[in-house]
Formats: sequence, structure tokens, C-alpha cells
Amino acid sequence: MKRTNLMLLLLAFLVTLSPLLSPLPKALEQPFAGADAQAEALIVAANPDYQRWFEPLWEPPSGEIETLLFALQAALGSGLLGYYLGLRRGQSQRREHDGANARD
Amino acid sequence: MHIMEGFLPPLHAAAWTVAAAPFVVAGARRIARITREHPNTKLLLAASGAFAFVLSALKIPSVTGSCSHPTGTGLGAILFGPSVMVVLGAIVLLFQALLLAHGGITTLGANVFSMGIVGPWVAYGIFKLARLWGGPLALAVFLAALFGDLATYGITSIQIALAFPDPVSGFGGALAKFAGVFALTQIPLAVIEGLLTVVVVNLLSQYSRDELEDLAFAAGAMK
Repeated sequence: MKRTNLMLLLLAFLVTLSPLLSPLPKALEQPFAGADAQAEALIVAANPDYQRWFEPLWEPPSGEIETLLFALQAALGSGLLGYYLGLRRGQSQRREHDGANARD
Repeated sequence: MHIMEGFLPPLHAAAWTVAAAPFVVAGARRIARITREHPNTKLLLAASGAFAFVLSALKIPSVTGSCSHPTGTGLGAILFGPSVMVVLGAIVLLFQALLLAHGGITTLGANVFSMGIVGPWVAYGIFKLARLWGGPLALAVFLAALFGDLATYGITSIQIALAFPDPVSGFGGALAKFAGVFALTQIPLAVIEGLLTVVVVNLLSQYSRDELEDLAFAAGAMK
């Protein structure tokens, strides 16, 4: 199981990496911009009259702050997920251990 | 990548919010029931939400030369049933709308509909079908997460195309255009989400057997 999981993680890593190594599609204004920004550009291009009728209540004041918050989001999520898996792993190991002792 | 703040006309924004609202209520009641009847699965539910939280934060490059992020909602949908994910998805979307100016408050209903409702239901449906047809657990999990992720962005494309039909080619033309941005970008990301979801389910079937049995998850597949 451990080997399978490591292979799966390696595969996910390679799929992530491959767009960075392959040649970019042509006529790209900005490489690897957000898909939402691209959609926004398409909407504005096709509907020049559209007025955005609501602005975000708060925007991260700089790219750095935005990175901070995204990193915080990832850290909170992976922290909780890691806590859960670690806890259960420890519990199941202890159960096996106790079971082995009981059989002795 | 969700629909940007202010980029759905008020009528559309309101309609999607109304459409999503009953699912949120039903999802909240389902969570209350699960935590009451299976209190030992509470932490697993939180961990499923955490999985969606991490994956939504990871902007990943795609072959189209743009970036988007996975949703992570397939895992919770196959473990707990699709209806709980609308609540967890809404929390993720609210966090991003308020703190990251990503997605938005006015587009929250539409984004909850795609990421919290359609994605999880598609994932759940694919999972059940694949298991019914005798597919191995890992394959069923992979396909469920993959198609749940793709369906989310398919709906996003439909929602934007409905609001902004092409002046010449109408809804169909606009759908092709926006699907080219969202859905095409999403394909490799959906594969990544599928792979990561299989990894987590592998770990769960090793360490969390009690909870999975309690939830009657993939009965018979656990050894």
C-alpha cells in the first residue's frame, strides 16, 4: 500500500510538472494566469458594456498578503488532515500491538 | 477558479442563490444527523472538509498555459454522501470570497451550486455506478473525484455562458468559449485530484476501518 501511494503521489507530481516543461500555447498574454482572470477578459471583450456591479468587500492589499492567505488555507487544511491520519495510524498501531500482547 | 465577484448579473446571481439554498439547509441537517448517529465520524468529516480546503488553495498549472485549482469535494461526497459537501464547500468558498477576493459574495450561490452540489453529486453517482459495475475501489474513487472536479467547472462554464451568451453564436458559442477556459484547463487538475483522493482513501482503508464500517463505505471492499 505504501508503495502504491508513493507511486500515485509521484504521478500527481509529474502531471503537475509537465505543463511547466512543455512548450506554451501560442498567443498567450501571460503564462499561467488564473482561468478566472482569462474568463473575465473574455466576458469584458465580448460585452464591453457590462458593468461589474459589486466589488469584493476586501482585497488582499498585495500579492504577498494574498500568498500568505493562500498558504494559510493550505496549512490549515493539510494540518487538520495530517492530524487526523496520524491520530488514526497511531490508534490502529496500538490496537495491533495490544492484540499481539494479548495473544502472548 | 470560481465566478468572480460581480460577474453574474443580479438576476442570475439571485437565481443561483435560490437554487442552492435548499441544498444548504438539507446538507446542514444531514451533518447534524451524521454527527448525532455516528459521533465517531466527526473528525473524519472535518478531515474531508480539510481536504477540500487544501486542494482549493493549490493553484496548479495546466497544459492550456493557465492555472486553476482542484475542488477536493469528491472525497467527502463518496464517504458521507453528496449532501454534506454543500456545507463544507460553502465554508471554503466563503473563506476565499472574504479573505482572498477569489470568487465572491454575489456569486457565492452560483459557486456553491457548481462546487458544493453538482460536483459532489456527480462524484457520488460515478462512484456508485463504478462499484455497481464491479469496478475496483481505487478505480471507482479515481473516476468519482475526476468527474466531480470536471463537472464543477463544466457547470461554471454553463453559468457564465447563460449570463453572457455570445452576440452571434448565442449560448452554445459562449459555452464553447468558456468551457475552453475552465473545463479544458481543469482536465489535468482533475486527474491530480483523482490520484490524491485515491491516496487518501488508501490511507483511510488502512487506518480508519471502524469509521468506514460505520458509514457502510464500500461494504465488502475492506479487508
